[in-house]
Amino acid sequence: MSHIPLEEGVPGIRSLVMYRPDTGKPLYELAQVLLRDESPLSPAERELIATYVSHKNTCKFCASSHAAAARYLFDQESGVVDLVLDDYQSAPISDKLKALLTIAGRVQEDARTVSDEDVALARSFGANDRDIHDTVLIAATFCMFNRYVDGLATLTPTEDAAYAQMGERMGTIGYVLPQKPA
Amino acid sequence: MAHIKVDEQLPGIRGLMDFRPLTAKPLNALADALLRTDEGLSKGERELIATFVSSLNDCFFCQNIHGAVAGYYHPEDEDLVDKVKRDYKNAPVTEKMKALLSIAANVQKGGKFVYEQQVEDARALGATDIEIHDTVLIAAAFCMFNRYVDGLGTFAPDNPGMYRERARKIVEETGYGGSSPK
Repeated sequence: MSHIPLEEGVPGIRSLVMYRPDTGKPLYELAQVLLRDESPLSPAERELIATYVSHKNTCKFCASSHAAAARYLFDQESGVVDLVLDDYQSAPISDKLKALLTIAGRVQEDARTVSDEDVALARSFGANDRDIHDTVLIAATFCMFNRYVDGLATLTPTEDAAYAQMGERMGTIGYVLPQKPA
Repeated sequence: MAHIKVDEQLPGIRGLMDFRPLTAKPLNALADALLRTDEGLSKGERELIATFVSSLNDCFFCQNIHGAVAGYYHPEDEDLVDKVKRDYKNAPVTEKMKALLSIAANVQKGGKFVYEQQVEDARALGATDIEIHDTVLIAAAFCMFNRYVDGLGTFAPDNPGMYRERARKIVEETGYGGSSPK
């Protein structure tokens, strides 16, 4: 049961932005710009960072839905998502992305621990300012979304099929503020 | 030195907003929607929650700028912000605020730390659904802002006068969305 009355049957963040659309609107705009607008990181890579951070925060709703979006966007290489969650250092991803995931992990734990060495390592594999900026802001943003979703104990579906459907929507239409059913 | 190339004249989040205006826009819109309304919680109470969470995250820039804004709204007690940061349970705020600050403190640890009884206690002291919602989202949002600011190693001046003047400008003139990072 959620801590406040929310739209019946509507899961996670969607129920919260329906409850208070005036905060929901900038939250969805932030997700759309951060995860879909132009960036040196592909939308699939950005969804992977969001998934990794949500997984570390043990937010099942965010981790499962963004994992589904990442799988949809990675398409033929969708298997990479679970390999990253299991152990990103041995997963078949670029060294640059591994170094960025290390930075994202530090932001999740305690942002003050992101070191010059962490950043230098990412740069040595070709990361530029925008890669580093976007990684830190995605990680920080999911530390917010995860807390918002779990802090109000929103509905978390348990069936994989529900998430696969969400992932396809997120991978195709992106982040569009959901409307309260009439 | 920040981890990415930002205008070093612009402290904290201001350098980051100047670096990436496209994400600055929804971030400022979120801050305005969450902090600059008296519906339910007053603006002063909202800023106190933001300051308190930023202090738990040990984010120097955020706790000082939002502490200065909170102080602006509480001219009757110039030590109020410090009292709340030091020991909110014995600070001169309402019992309802203390209950909401305890929820905010658990959101800071992680969304799942918020427990049913804690929410019921806040309700018994008069907290409404929207106040509980806003407390959780303010706390979550500052877990983002703090990480963004510290994860990119931005610089923060230690001159209290700078924060007071910026706070006055935000309150009296610009809000968050209308403030130029420069």
